[in-house]
Amino acid sequence: MTGFPWLTLLVVLPLAGAIAVFAVKERSVKVTALAVAIADLLISLPLWWLFDASSGEMQFMESARWIPSLSINYRLGLDGISLPLVLMTTVLMPLCILISWHSIEIRMRSFMAMLLIMESAMIGVFTALDFVLFYVFWEAMLIPMYLLIGIWGGPNRLYAAIKFLLYTLAGSVLLLVAILVLYFQGGHTFDIVQLSQGTYSNSLQFWLFLAFFAAFAVKVPMFPFHTWLPDAHVEAPTAGSVILASVLLKMGTYGFLRFSLPMLPDASQAFTPVMVALSIVAIIYGAYMALAQSDLKKLIAYSSVSHMGFVTLGLFMFNIQGIEGAVMQMVNHGITTGGLFLCVGMIYERTHSRQIADNTGLTKPMPRYATFLVIFSLSSLGLPGTNSFVGEFMVLAGAFLWSKIATAFALLGIILAAAYLLWMVQRVAFGVPDPHMLPKLRDVNLREMITVVPLVVLIFLIGLFPNPILTRMHPSVEKVIARAFPPSTEHGSAMRQADPFSPTVKRITSPTGPAFGQGAQVSPEGQPQ
Amino acid sequence: MTFSAADLFLVLPELLVVTAACIVFVLDPVLRASDKDGLVWLSLGTLAVCMGLTASQIQAPATIFSGLVVIDAYGAFWKLLLYFVTGLTILLSHSYLKEEQLYFGEYYGFVLLALSGMMVMVSSADLLTLYLGTELMSLSLYVMAGLKRSEPRSLEASAKYFVLGAFSSGILLYGISLLYGATGSTRLPEIAAAISGRNLDDPLLLFATILLTVGFGFKLAVVPFHMWTPDVYQGAPTSVTAFMAVASKAASFGAFLRVFIEGLGGLKANWSAMFLLLCLATLILGNVLALVQTNVKRMLAYSSIAHAGYALIGVVATGHMENSSGIASVLLYLTLYAFMTFGAFAIVAMLRKGGIEGVDIEDFTGLAKRHPVAALLMLIFMVSLAGIPPTAGFIGKLYVFMSAVEAGLPWLAAVALIFAVISAYYYLRLVMVMYMREPSDLSSTSPRMVMSPALSIVLACAVAGVVIFGIYPNPLVNFAMHAVSALK
Repeated sequence: MTGFPWLTLLVVLPLAGAIAVFAVKERSVKVTALAVAIADLLISLPLWWLFDASSGEMQFMESARWIPSLSINYRLGLDGISLPLVLMTTVLMPLCILISWHSIEIRMRSFMAMLLIMESAMIGVFTALDFVLFYVFWEAMLIPMYLLIGIWGGPNRLYAAIKFLLYTLAGSVLLLVAILVLYFQGGHTFDIVQLSQGTYSNSLQFWLFLAFFAAFAVKVPMFPFHTWLPDAHVEAPTAGSVILASVLLKMGTYGFLRFSLPMLPDASQAFTPVMVALSIVAIIYGAYMALAQSDLKKLIAYSSVSHMGFVTLGLFMFNIQGIEGAVMQMVNHGITTGGLFLCVGMIYERTHSRQIADNTGLTKPMPRYATFLVIFSLSSLGLPGTNSFVGEFMVLAGAFLWSKIATAFALLGIILAAAYLLWMVQRVAFGVPDPHMLPKLRDVNLREMITVVPLVVLIFLIGLFPNPILTRMHPSVEKVIARAFPPSTEHGSAMRQADPFSPTVKRITSPTGPAFGQGAQVSPEGQPQ
Repeated sequence: MTFSAADLFLVLPELLVVTAACIVFVLDPVLRASDKDGLVWLSLGTLAVCMGLTASQIQAPATIFSGLVVIDAYGAFWKLLLYFVTGLTILLSHSYLKEEQLYFGEYYGFVLLALSGMMVMVSSADLLTLYLGTELMSLSLYVMAGLKRSEPRSLEASAKYFVLGAFSSGILLYGISLLYGATGSTRLPEIAAAISGRNLDDPLLLFATILLTVGFGFKLAVVPFHMWTPDVYQGAPTSVTAFMAVASKAASFGAFLRVFIEGLGGLKANWSAMFLLLCLATLILGNVLALVQTNVKRMLAYSSIAHAGYALIGVVATGHMENSSGIASVLLYLTLYAFMTFGAFAIVAMLRKGGIEGVDIEDFTGLAKRHPVAALLMLIFMVSLAGIPPTAGFIGKLYVFMSAVEAGLPWLAAVALIFAVISAYYYLRLVMVMYMREPSDLSSTSPRMVMSPALSIVLACAVAGVVIFGIYPNPLVNFAMHAVSALK
């Protein structure tokens, strides 16, 4: 399909913006960066409606020869899995720029440039259809992130920055070897779509799975590769934390879903017990660690480990509920945890402390702030009506089909999440305020309102009307499952019939599908044709 | 032995370079100090003419002087790279030598003589021609390394380089003589014919191969023949270090590959096992020792050792496969390596602390605040050396690892990549001190950069190479493939 190069525009525009911020006057740097990020958001929005929800194929495809001698091509495309992630990225970027408006004091130009380069690379990762191109984007964001943490971070930033870089780099180099091996085994191509259709011997799948695992598990991060995350989160500036939690972590789970599951279905299934075990350990261990934290950012960082455990749990269930729940949860975690980090950033700007003990009793002096904090916390613990409930419920429903015991253990994570989040809210929102801090506690201003309100809207929108997202990802997820269980087997179809949430494939006939807001009219059972 | 005037025309680039060197030597004492810039222009002009001549020879291969010299695309590839690097060296030296108050006109003469030696090396079809080229290059470099006469380190570097270089040349010559004994010839095609069907069970051939490997090992600075490298790279004037790290390494690889492919290609299954060991040792030791360096020039010296290890991966892979993509990846790797290493050394040469050259890693502290552009360029070079996309260093690594995987050695690629992660630590440590540490309060000791138009051109060329080939390596890849196809 050729047409308007939407995706190239999405990738290139922030990059151009990163150069432009060095060309404009000092006082218009922030405005320029914001304008570029908003422009990128506006370009990405039409994709939501232009996307053909009835197709599981790649859409908005673009292809150009890049390095013909190795048949490396510049190929971009979107399917129902990457579409929500791309949109999540473009929505979050303007917010990241807004939250950094005053909190960044040095080298504003470079900071904005780094954010915009990150945006390019992240969108590139989610849209790349060529393995080498994917790898280039995947690695290209390491250096900007390293600089974001290392230059604008907290007191222990040097350690956190290099730890982040070495961990992720060590994981991804094995990915490169795996990519090269796949090239020679999969018919001398780097085309992701083509490689996803090949069959590989079991022993090859085993090794490739381990190599993929090294790259993706570090990024997610799965237990026991998570130790870089709390350090990086605590030291990173607010915008860095938001990007890290909301988008970077998703690249790991996206990798599992885009590469491990469809390319190595046999190995993925063989490794399912291990992956489930690691996921459950992450869910419980992350939640347990979160309980013990006195630093707000560390608490959220460990809660991320726990929540990402749900995502990896859902992915390896190999059923519609599990995988769709996992993708939902990727988006939800991006919105909710992004929101929580924004909240922490706001309070840090005021009190210059992230300790729970220093920020107590905020309801009286900062009623609006407390409201947002409570909403994000409730969403994070999966309150029905909020977005995370949908995702977590689907993941658990998927897990239930696989193993009831595993589900029971995973449920512990939800209970613990309620414990650490409500306890945090109790102290931060409803405790007794420190009289010394009171003069500093101005309530949320207009700029900060604009930063968080979109996320609050999305929390309820997705929480109440998840169908527009589910409809769009459904055919793509089915394709992934069909790789593991070819449609003829009973197992796969049984899984699909037992699916209470997802609409039937053919439900949407119009190529544009319903608008996001119009999703309200779509009943959960789906419209009859 | 006869030769015609046509033969002379084909070696015109070599003749021009030697002539230019002689003119520089003659004019230097008679010119006034203010006119000596003319020597720079003369050298650069010669390089430009040679570049044109060599480019015209790509499509017309010829063997001349009764098979002593061969003119082909392979030689042309290296020569073009060497002209380019030499040109950059001359531009860099112009400012650097002034700053160091080492203004010798003969310097340019030695650069050109070394270049002519390198040109002979990469286009020789006979081991003795090759030996002559090697010596011409080495002798010029010995002098250049000791140019900072007032600096004991520089003299030490020169002496050390001379002793070990002479030693390695002796070993090389010994290998050549044994090979002559085993095959009855010093011409590469005749050697290839003589050894076809034989293997290393023949002790004469075995020792000849080992001695040649050791001799070239010194020139390529691969472990365990690397001992001279850190001391010489540290002691020599930085512009000379850059020239050695890039040009001399490229020429040595060029000659080495021609000997081992064209001459000893029949034994490639045997020698590739030997190079596998050298390659692993080089990768491991080069990267690990670079970790603990506090001097940037020493760190870059170990880094250049490690990069020779990455290039050797392509050589090892060649032994395991029929096609020549392994060799092409070596050519590509060294070309891309040239851009980033030269750029890094150029920044080091420009950095002054107090009256002297700032060469400690700590001297880079806070550079990003004072000289954001220089710091950004150094960042790009370091990222590229670490092999992180989208830079030239990544493309180079992609190609050598590709050939390793194609040859059925994915584990070698995995090991090399793990050491690439280790290398990221020391490259990015420099980035860390530049960007993430505050400059010290004493402004008198904070680093300053020397800037001149010539240096700007050098840095612009280096960074353009790193960025453009990192994104669009196609033309270079095609040229490297074409060059390798000329090897028999």
